[in-house]
Parts: sequence; C-alpha cells; structure tokens
Amino acid sequence: MADLELDKPALRPLRGGRRLAPLVGLALLLLLPPLAHAFDAAFYIDLASRILIVALAAVALDLILGYGGMVSFGHAAFVGIGAYTVGILWHHKANAEPLALFGMSFAGSENALVVWPLAALFGALGALVIGAVSLRTAGVYFIMITLAFAQMLFYLAIGLRSYGGEDGLALWNRNVLPGLDLGDDTTFYYVCLALLAGFVLLCRRLVDSRFGLVLRGCKQNERRMRALGFPTTRYKLAAFALAGAAAGLSGALLANSAEFVSPAYMSWQRSGEYIVVVVLGGMGTLFGPVAGAAAFLLLEDVLSELTEHWQIVLGPILLFVVHFARRGLWGLVDREGRDG
Amino acid sequence: MAEPLLQVRGLVKRFGGLVATDRVDFDVAPGEVHAVIGPNGAGKTTLVSQLAGELAPDAGLIRFDGHDITRLPVHRRALRGLARSFQVTSVLKGFTARDNVALAVQAQAGHSFRFWRDARRDPALTGPAAAALERVGLAAAADTPAERLSYGQQRQLELAMALAGGPKLLLLDEPMAGMGGGDSARIVALLRGLKGSLAIVLVEHDMDAVFQLADRITVLVEGRAVASGPPEAIRADPVVRRAYLGEDAA
Repeated sequence: MADLELDKPALRPLRGGRRLAPLVGLALLLLLPPLAHAFDAAFYIDLASRILIVALAAVALDLILGYGGMVSFGHAAFVGIGAYTVGILWHHKANAEPLALFGMSFAGSENALVVWPLAALFGALGALVIGAVSLRTAGVYFIMITLAFAQMLFYLAIGLRSYGGEDGLALWNRNVLPGLDLGDDTTFYYVCLALLAGFVLLCRRLVDSRFGLVLRGCKQNERRMRALGFPTTRYKLAAFALAGAAAGLSGALLANSAEFVSPAYMSWQRSGEYIVVVVLGGMGTLFGPVAGAAAFLLLEDVLSELTEHWQIVLGPILLFVVHFARRGLWGLVDREGRDG
Repeated sequence: MAEPLLQVRGLVKRFGGLVATDRVDFDVAPGEVHAVIGPNGAGKTTLVSQLAGELAPDAGLIRFDGHDITRLPVHRRALRGLARSFQVTSVLKGFTARDNVALAVQAQAGHSFRFWRDARRDPALTGPAAAALERVGLAAAADTPAERLSYGQQRQLELAMALAGGPKLLLLDEPMAGMGGGDSARIVALLRGLKGSLAIVLVEHDMDAVFQLADRITVLVEGRAVASGPPEAIRADPVVRRAYLGEDAA
C-alpha cells in the first residue's frame, strides 16, 4: 500500500510508471476498436478519434508551452486553418469549380495526400506570420497578441460567406486516402492514432536534441541564452511554426472526423480548452496532454449528459489537479521532473 | 603595443537628463586583465551592458577583434568571442551543471537546428563541457541540477559557461559579488590562472581582487573615465584618491 501514500504536495507516482505508461497507453489505444466492437459500443470509436485529434493539437501546444514557455492563447487558430484547408478544397472539388487565388486558378481536392500536407503547411505559415509578430513580446502581452490574431482569423472565417460563413460548411464525405477507406470509423481511428504516435515520437526526440535544449533554455532564461550566442527568437519561432503545422494537421483530421468545418473551431474558448487539456495532462510531458485530452473529452461526454453546465464540475477538478498534482495527470505515473 | 582587442571610443549613453556613460575611451590589449572600478552609480553596469550589446549607445564606437560591433546584437557578439558573466547569477536552473556548460559549447558549434540526436550523448558537446567544469573545479558537481548548487558553485558555473565557448574576451560583471572569503579566493586563483590566455574586462568592487589581478585599471566616476593606467599609478593618482579610494587610502 506504500504506493498509495500521499506525498505532499504531489501524489506519489507509481514506480516504473514512466517507462511503462506510454506503452500501456499505446496498447490500450491499439486494442480499443476491437474491444468497442466486442462490447457493441462502436460509437465510442468516433469519440476516441476525436480524443486523438485533440491530443495531437495539445501535444503541439505542450511543445511550445511546456518546453518553450510560450503561452499561446491562439492555438485554435491553427487548428481552424487546417480545418478550412480541408473544407475549402473539398468544396471546390465537390462543386467542380476551380479556386481563383492571386490571379491563378487551382482545382479543389479531396485527396488526403494532397490536402493534409497543405493543412500542415498553412498551419505552419500562419504560425510563422503570427509568431514573427507575437514573439517580439513576452508574458501577458504575448498571450494577448496571440489571442488577438486568433480572433481576427475567427471573424475572417465568419466573413467567408461562400464557405458557409457563421454556419460553417458541411462535407458530404471524408478525404480520400489511396488504399484506405477513411469513411470507415475504425480505419480513420487508426490513421489518427498513427499520426499522433508519430508526432509524439518526433517531439520526444526533439526535446532532447540540440534544438530542444535551446528551446528549454529559452524558457528558463532567454537573456542568458542570448549571451551564450543563441539567436533565441529564431529557435522559438521555428518551434512555434512546428506546433502550428501539427495543429493544422489536427484541424484537417477534425474536419474529416466531423465532416463539418465552422468558425467555432477557432473560437477563443477552444484556444482556452487546449491550454486546459495541456495543464490537466501535465505541462512539459508530451504524453500528459494525450491523457489530458482523454480526460477532458470523456468528462465532457459524461457530464454534458447530466447538465449543460458541465464545466461547473470541470472547474473544481482542474483546481484539484493544479493544486495537488503539479505535473498533471502524467505526474501520477512520472514525477521525475523534466525541467520545464 | 599590438592592436587592441577591444577599443572603446567616445561612448555616450543618456537616460533622459542623466548621462550614464560620458565620452568613455578605453582599450583592452590581447591577454590583458583590465579592471573597471568606480563608486556605486558610476555607470559600470551601463558600460557592461553596452559592451555586451544589451544597451545601444547614443554615440561612440566599439571595436572588437578588428570589427565594428557597435550595432551588433548580443548573440552575434558572443559568437565573435565576447563571453560574459552576469552580476546576478544567471545560470539555467532546471539543467544540470554539465547541461549548462554543454549549451555554451553548443552555442559556438554552428546552428542548433538539429532535431533528432540526443544532445546529452553527443561527445562533441559533453567532452568540452566536462573540461570546462574541471577547469573551474566543478567536475564533481556535473550531474547536479544548477538550482541545487551553492551560491559560490553557481558563480563558478557562470565562469565555466563563459570559458566553455573558447572566448577571446571575458566580460566579468562583479564575479566576486556576494561571495565569502574562501569562494572569492578560489575565483581569484582561477582568474589568475587564465591570465595571458585571454583578455578579461573585470568590473569588481573587491579592491583586493582588483589590485591582485589587473594589468590596468580604468576608474569611472559619474560616467566619465577619470583615470586609466597600471595599478600602481591608479593607487597614486590624486584624482582617484579623492574621488573614489577615499582619504583613508592616502
């Protein structure tokens, strides 16, 4: 029972959890569809896909927030850019009407191999532009500027009348991936899982690489890093753009999951939710935000059945986590502090 | 005399009506230890900030190693071989001592857009880091997180970080600040060991240390360099004695 003793202020983590937990988590995620089918609960596969998609954006946010110290309050904007990339290209494909842009004309597309990389690319470009301006500031000003940019994109999306404006845009089918039927929920789930696992693996390597150490050094003491000879803004901007790319990909998956795109994906409440997911799961842990996304969406799913004011319950839970488990849910299995 | 490594000419910095740096000239030769002393408020920190590149001067010129660096940003000066330590200890507290020094090595080793290999297992970084820690006497604490080092050890770590990049000039802003006698003696011995291998600009309050180490001393009073010369000349200079060393030194 020793493992259950409370070790103030943090809950004592399970021994060996740090190595085991990611593998156990991955095994559970791999087994989820067959289990869901066995228990006649296939509708949960759709919820599980959404968890993976939110987790992808949250892990990206953790990279810049937990390791880079950049509190971006505009993360949903990049998710929205990715979602609208899918939506707009699908719209032009479905209506067989080319997209006129900068005096050139582009054909629409529903090919995932074309559309998803573009979603990531536009997410990265959006982050480069927004980051280049925002990273001139720090602290609360950075939070406010990222929020302001996200709001601008939110209202821009509302203004896109030909793509549904405020009502959004419904897609009749998901993107097409050669050899795989994304319309099948189980297939789509595994595609999401593969992309999330790939990104988490990339980030795990990245945070211990030369680039990652510079990023983490900037979080701790940016002035010192400059004095050592690092052009710090360049590295922070690169991380910001990478997070934008992953958020854009997450948005592309979100549009496919819901077969719907709307400005609501970019609302500031969504940006806040991504921060909540990261904090709930554990900042600076990469695996934690995956757990955070699961906890958040499951709580929403269960509690919103009971009351539409389900966040009244979420609030105290979040308070409890922030107060007693500083490293979030992941702190329960891994307390070994990675510096932040 | 050989071409100076660092040349400062007519440096001026104003904050509103206050002239914090008033037409300061001074040279640092290669291998020379050049101390900058002066009473509180004389503008020493402002001068250091301009040399390091954190403050832009209003007028004047700073040349380093044959290049005009007056408008160069902080990191570019560091890459040219101008390393500094901070008055307030400024190490990366979440990292181990070795990580701190390895980052200093990494900064000089080309760009860091390398995303995959584990930097902590890269002998090109850990090797020189270990050597720099050895040099300042911190080898035993290599794996200790910087936040758990004693104050004196953190100051040693600062020095190791400054040395690890193989600089041409060390800019030391009060390296002995807040140290006990034993720790300060260790730093003095360490700096004495460096003499000749690189140039040092030493801003320091501890007069014993300054007179032990310096080849030349520049005295700042109210932003102006009122005297500059070898320690004996400074000790004997009547202006300096009146303005700074005080009557009891007479």
